[in-house]
Amino acid sequence: MQSTRQGTGRWTALTGIISVVMLLIATYMAFVYAPTDAAQGNAQRIFYVHVPMAWLAYLAYVVLFIGSVGYLWKRNQTFDRLARSAAELGFLFTTLVLITGAIWGRPIWGTWWQWEARLTTTLILWFIYLGYFMVRSYAGEPERAARFAAVLAIIGAIDIPIIHMSVRWWRTLHPEPIVINTGGPNLPDSMLLTLLVSFIGFTIFYAHLMLQKMQVEMARDRLAEREADFLMRPVGRSKNETTYPTTGREVTGASED
Amino acid sequence: MNEPYLQTSGVYKRYGRQVVLRDINMNVGVGESIALFGANGAGKSTLLRILATLARPSRGTVDAFGEDAWKHRESVRQRIGVVGHQPYVYPELTCAENLHFYARMFELDADEVVPVALDAVGLSNRRASAASTLSRGLLQRLNLARAILHQPPVLILDEPDTGLDRAGRQVLSRIVADQIGRDGAVIFTTHSFEFGLEMATRAVSLQEGGVSLDRSAALLSTDELDRYVSTPVQRIAE
Amino acid sequence: MGRALAIAWKDILIEFRSRQFLGAMLAFTLVTVVTLNFAFDLDRGDRTSDAAGALWIAFFFAGMLGLGRAIALERDRGTLEGLLLTPVDGGTIFMGKFLATLLSLLFVEAVTLPVFAVLYGLPAWHPWVIALAIVGTVGFAGLGTLFSAIASSGRTREVLLPLLLFPLLVPVLLGAVQATAIVFQGERDGILAWFNLLVAFDVIFVTLAYLGFSFVIEE
Repeated sequence: MQSTRQGTGRWTALTGIISVVMLLIATYMAFVYAPTDAAQGNAQRIFYVHVPMAWLAYLAYVVLFIGSVGYLWKRNQTFDRLARSAAELGFLFTTLVLITGAIWGRPIWGTWWQWEARLTTTLILWFIYLGYFMVRSYAGEPERAARFAAVLAIIGAIDIPIIHMSVRWWRTLHPEPIVINTGGPNLPDSMLLTLLVSFIGFTIFYAHLMLQKMQVEMARDRLAEREADFLMRPVGRSKNETTYPTTGREVTGASED
Repeated sequence: MNEPYLQTSGVYKRYGRQVVLRDINMNVGVGESIALFGANGAGKSTLLRILATLARPSRGTVDAFGEDAWKHRESVRQRIGVVGHQPYVYPELTCAENLHFYARMFELDADEVVPVALDAVGLSNRRASAASTLSRGLLQRLNLARAILHQPPVLILDEPDTGLDRAGRQVLSRIVADQIGRDGAVIFTTHSFEFGLEMATRAVSLQEGGVSLDRSAALLSTDELDRYVSTPVQRIAE
Repeated sequence: MGRALAIAWKDILIEFRSRQFLGAMLAFTLVTVVTLNFAFDLDRGDRTSDAAGALWIAFFFAGMLGLGRAIALERDRGTLEGLLLTPVDGGTIFMGKFLATLLSLLFVEAVTLPVFAVLYGLPAWHPWVIALAIVGTVGFAGLGTLFSAIASSGRTREVLLPLLLFPLLVPVLLGAVQATAIVFQGERDGILAWFNLLVAFDVIFVTLAYLGFSFVIEE
């Protein structure tokens, strides 16, 4: 147990250092190394943040899905911790991708928002994350909250591609994916390299935050367990007595915390 | 000695910071009728809900019919009959329709079991009355009929005497006696010491979530019982 | 399946006897349809896609009322415990509740459509619209039954249910509105494609809800 904790600690430190270094390099590359886009001007540079955020918003949902399936299958707290952590970070990244997208869209499209497939799907993803937290906080008992939230997350995971497809059928304005095109990447090498560094930097940063968050959640669960141990401590074996074995200690117990 | 039907070991239940049950170790044996006494809030209903697999213990386990009750709750539920605080009855349906519905859920031959159950609780003449038109006591009888419909080996009854008149109590006593007679078991709660001791073979009392008494109901006086049920504060208040 | 039908039948019988809810749902649908006219000027010939939207919004809002009750009523009365104490599995309870909800929603829609047709001079009683109403409502009732069970135990179920349900139902709403608008415009192109898509959504959503339901009501 102690050694795995040390192992986790090492990984946390390592991912933290690597991601900070990479993101510093990515910042330099985004503002200095990468050329100014001919058509979009400096506004295009937000792309180096926006695209990784979008990736992480969905990556976090994949992790949430895995945690949820694992929890319903094994009923293991670790899976629920994974799901909880992924959901919080995913919600953060989804919010950021929507904001950076709007900032980008304003000068380029002349509007903050477009009802286009990818944008719409991401907005709905944001609402699904929101619903996830609502279910967790309103379901009452933690075990029940975990179960309800896992069901919601799994249905959301299957629904998101369907939503995307149906909105696509409905209307599409968004420029075709620029990087992964059938004819090979269209971006100049310097932009692509900057994006790549930023992408990897943010992904490692996500891994770092996940490790941190998992440790926090672990500590929270341990604390809840300690509280449970205290509240449900063994009763002195004094059955069939008319005195109240728990009453006296209950009072001192309450004053301790 | 037969294996007990139900057995709890180290059962705790808490809701938030409130610990409702503490270290409950008891069993419900073959041919037993157990009266569960306790002041309001002592944990009686919670204990019955846990035995009925409607709530999960926070700590400890319940064995039912030799299996973990929570894990095998679907099979356990076929072998228990439960009367809870709320009557599990649809007010818009008639007595017969309510029982028919539950008989179908248990995959029983409704035409056979429903008249028997109605007869057992003396509701044959009200078979076509909507449950909403029944008085509290008659509703409770319907609720009892529903619980015994599938002739389960164990009956779990939470305050089954609520609202019952003399005749209703006789119906209840007969159900309990029948249950013991065919090697079943009953565990029930009640606030009436006299009635509880009369129906029970064993008396168990809960006090602040813990078992304060567990012994044969014979030779137990109501005065003595009271000492295990109410706390000093409650006694002073009276 | 027989037991699922028994559950559905019981719900319908209760609704028929108490007549509390179907009437209220119907009145609500009609008043929504009429109110939306003031918001969108639906009787003008060029507002056919708005009319299709208004129709489905009315259906979804009324459905939300019906769904809010489907499980919550049983939970409040304690009869859900009674049901859980019988050996029926979650899937069977789901099917029963789903069927009862579906039938009551379809009843409300069956009354609303001719009224809508008369008020706005649109072919709302067209066989295609009826077919679309059915496939659109199946998906809605399927996912809705599951989420009403999730929301029913919370204190804020009236808010929680639409918050969970509406985002996930976007594909159904989109498909149903688009296809209905095509019918209202007196055209045929593309209806079948949307219809098939809605059927596919139904299969997916009802299956998911069926599987998820057992996890939601296990205690």
